[in-house]
Amino acid sequence: MNLAAQDIRHNGGRFALTAAGIGLLLMLVLGMGGIYSGLVHEATLLVDRLEADLWVVQHATRGPFAEISRVPANLVSRLEAVPGVARARRFVFHTIQRERHGQPWRFSVQGLDWPGDPGTSLPLIAGRPLAHAHYEMIADRSLGLPLGEKVRLGKETYTVVGLTRGMASSSGDPMAFFTLRDAQAVQFDLPGEAIRLERAARQARAAAGDLGRQQPGLLDRADLPSAALPALGPPTVSALLISLGPGADAATVIRTLAGWPDISVYTAQEQRDFLLRGNVDRARRQLGLFRVILVFVSAIIMALIIYTLTLDKAHDIAMLKLIGARNRVIVGLILQQALLLGAVGYAIAWALGEWLFPAFPRLVLITATDRAMLAGIVILISVAASGLGIWKALRIQPNTILS
Amino acid sequence: MNPAATPPSLHPPAGAELAAEVAGLTKIYGSGNTEVVAVRDASFGVARGEVVALLGPSGSGKSTLLAAVGLINPPTAGRVAVAGQAVMDGPHALVELRAFCRHHLGFVFQKANLIPFLTARQNVQVALEINDVAPRTARDRAGELLAYLGLGDRLHNLPFMLSGGQQQRVAIARALANRPDLILADEPTAALDGRLGRQVMELFRRVAHEQRAGVVVVTHDHRALDLCDRILEMEDGILRAHQPAPRAA
Ligand SMILES: Nc1ncnc2c1ncn2[C@@H]1O[C@H](COP(=O)(O)OP(=O)(O)OP(=O)(O)O)[C@@H](O)[C@H]1O
Ligand SMILES: [Mg+2]
Repeated sequence: MNLAAQDIRHNGGRFALTAAGIGLLLMLVLGMGGIYSGLVHEATLLVDRLEADLWVVQHATRGPFAEISRVPANLVSRLEAVPGVARARRFVFHTIQRERHGQPWRFSVQGLDWPGDPGTSLPLIAGRPLAHAHYEMIADRSLGLPLGEKVRLGKETYTVVGLTRGMASSSGDPMAFFTLRDAQAVQFDLPGEAIRLERAARQARAAAGDLGRQQPGLLDRADLPSAALPALGPPTVSALLISLGPGADAATVIRTLAGWPDISVYTAQEQRDFLLRGNVDRARRQLGLFRVILVFVSAIIMALIIYTLTLDKAHDIAMLKLIGARNRVIVGLILQQALLLGAVGYAIAWALGEWLFPAFPRLVLITATDRAMLAGIVILISVAASGLGIWKALRIQPNTILS
Repeated sequence: MNPAATPPSLHPPAGAELAAEVAGLTKIYGSGNTEVVAVRDASFGVARGEVVALLGPSGSGKSTLLAAVGLINPPTAGRVAVAGQAVMDGPHALVELRAFCRHHLGFVFQKANLIPFLTARQNVQVALEINDVAPRTARDRAGELLAYLGLGDRLHNLPFMLSGGQQQRVAIARALANRPDLILADEPTAALDGRLGRQVMELFRRVAHEQRAGVVVVTHDHRALDLCDRILEMEDGILRAHQPAPRAA
């Protein structure tokens, strides 16, 4: 006969309520871990998915995720001439905040190096990759846009042709993918008047410089879109992604590029580290601390619960001692109850988490490691929490039965 | 055995096998100004198969003496032997008390002190399991014992569903479960009516005879004294043999 089980059977309501409370606490502990894992996952998601060997960014910056980085788009040709570089891709990334249906609407824009990359490597759950050079977009599901939806950004209207799942930027904003040119158009969208003024200024700049004098034809074209002005250069991109050729040595390529004064070059791992150390680190430490505090709070609450449960049974424990029960019977009663409480609380935390976390605005990523760790924590807490109760129980004198 | 038939004595007749023996037992509570001598230099013996009643006014030290003999409350001085084994020398235990209780002693109190979350049968069963009886055997034995005490149809009731008398019988079953050598009962019949009280005393008598156990019963109920073999009396911490009042014929 198991005393702990019998007690719980006959005090089911109280036990259930207590376990539910502990379960909610444990769910918070689990959630804190999940938010943390989600943060790390989202932070490195892009870097990991882009599968670049090297990142080329504006000189002395840490790349587009850390700060503003601008490199000329035609750097691509220079890079592809470097031995060991198989392919260089232009990377455009920025976060925009607009309004939609009167609500602030925030997402990150990534340019795909069309036509080389129509987005086939994205985790599409519906629709298709980009098929045209302009006016199409792939949106993450969390943006809430249905397939076929038309979205006006700047002066153009884009049609949602594909949907992804779980694509978010390091700041947790949902992603939207465009062709590079469209992404730049969204990024550098200027009011018509500003453009007219800029074109006029451009004409004046060109006329005043050598270029205008040597190539007067250029002056005629100065008021056309900048894309139509090859000599004046296309707009800048955020970074360039290098894929190394088979057998190429990253260190050699890095050494070569290190001599170029207009850029800095990093490995993908370094980009990851910038993200984790920069953007995420403080949030991570913050969450970590909260988690530790929550674990302590849970332990203390659990200890108090076990202690009061023990006090409630003080008379019964005295009687058990009187009829000669060994200490291990009494310790077992308390410890088993604590572990059972912990186990049921854990199950409740798990179930509630499965149900609630997906509805959270940012990714809450509960990994198997998180669950295993929580199980370990629960066992530790249960054992530690019973300590107080056991200490009390072992001090109960059988003769208290007489009073 | 009518108590009047044998001369009053603190000890059973010479040659009887002893269930318990107490020599020079003194129990002092507190110290200094608050010192209370609850039991002063008490000596007595209980034979196997014998039921001894312990009478005395409230506060005279009966419970204290019983608790000292039952190893619940160590005496200040004196020696206690149970089932032929010396167990206490003053406040010092000579054996592992919990294990000794388990094997040799059974307690019944005024309150049944049943474990509220166990059924009647489980309350008895737990005592057996504590004494290393296999769970299945323990359950069967507990059931039989309760049936023997007239509770065969109450095995699955929790204590709060039982009347005071039924609870007390479960407590007695629990005390008897391990066939103890010495049964100590502190006012076990106080919560029972006269008929039930007498039944309980008869039960003790039967157990004493059948299981060769010694029984000490503290009681205020003089109607059941004819079921006892000997009567001891306490007054102000002094123990002596009871002098029966001459019957008014
Ligand atoms: N824990 C204690 N601390 C101090 N004094 C105590 C304690 N327990 C009992 N006493 C005192 O010892 C004396 C004997 O008490 P005891 O309980 O043995 O009497 P009793 O004969 O059982 O009385 P009753 O018939 O009322 O149960 C009393 O004066 C009581 O006040
Ligand atoms: Mg008393």
